[in-house]
Amino acid sequence: MKQAEFLNVVMPFKDKLFRLAKRLLVSTEEAEDATQEILLKLWSKNQVMDSYNNVEAFAMTMTKNFCLDRLKSKQAGNLTLVHSNYTDHRSLQSEVEAKDSVEWVAKILDELPEQQKMVLQLRDVEEYDFDEIGTLLDMQPTAIRVALSRARKTVREKLIQKHSYGIG
Amino acid sequence: MESDKIEKLLEKYFEATATLAEEEALRTYFSQPIVAAHLEQYIPMFRYVVKAKEERFTRQVPLPRNHGMSRRYYRWVSVAAVVVMVFGIYFGNRYQEQKEAEYAYNQTKKALDLLAENLSRGTEKVAYLKEFEATKQKIYNNN
Repeated sequence: MKQAEFLNVVMPFKDKLFRLAKRLLVSTEEAEDATQEILLKLWSKNQVMDSYNNVEAFAMTMTKNFCLDRLKSKQAGNLTLVHSNYTDHRSLQSEVEAKDSVEWVAKILDELPEQQKMVLQLRDVEEYDFDEIGTLLDMQPTAIRVALSRARKTVREKLIQKHSYGIG
Repeated sequence: MESDKIEKLLEKYFEATATLAEEEALRTYFSQPIVAAHLEQYIPMFRYVVKAKEERFTRQVPLPRNHGMSRRYYRWVSVAAVVVMVFGIYFGNRYQEQKEAEYAYNQTKKALDLLAENLSRGTEKVAYLKEFEATKQKIYNNN
């Protein structure tokens, strides 16, 4: 596979890889590193890539595994993710608050367990169907439903909590 | 869309039983500037998701040129190099041996030539002896 051909295959989903990586790793920088790593790995496999019938699913699974490994080694190294850009804008006008509350969702999502993060990311942002999510995450449809429902409800609850704090 | 229909969809959404199309309808509804007051609390969730879709991977990743090709190519080049080296050592040795043999042959030849020269010089001298013999014979014959 030539470079141009490879880019044509990879282009449509490289953003998805990045967004999944960012959902898991939180930091943009780290997500970019991870995506780059995955793309280079794919490129080194480009001889066999034609034989994968779904390169996107393959790449997404690679990204998932790579990021989970990253997180695991990070925990082992006793490093924690720091949400450095977290600020409280309670005192600002309601307009800004409305925009902030969109940002809150990001913070809330960062606190979800990894599996719920991934399910929500794949379903709500990437709009995958349950079968695709099932293959990517190696989960049964029922388990996906439960995780997804739990994640969405958590976001709703925390959003209401934060919102009422903001008003009060 | 009427808000009671949206409420039904929301219920399905939170139970994760909504279809992709229904979820899309929710996102469209909450992206509108005007949302029913009692549903406003859900705005951030759906707007965030719409916003999250827009995030792009902008970093340029330099791909190593002709990666797979060159790797295979180098493998064969190294095999070829080893073959050339083995042949080189083999024939080089033979050439060296031949050179040495030639040198030894030349030296021996030179030595033998020298010997032959001296030998012929020796036989020349012996020729004088014959001269003596002849003269002696002449003298004997006269007496």
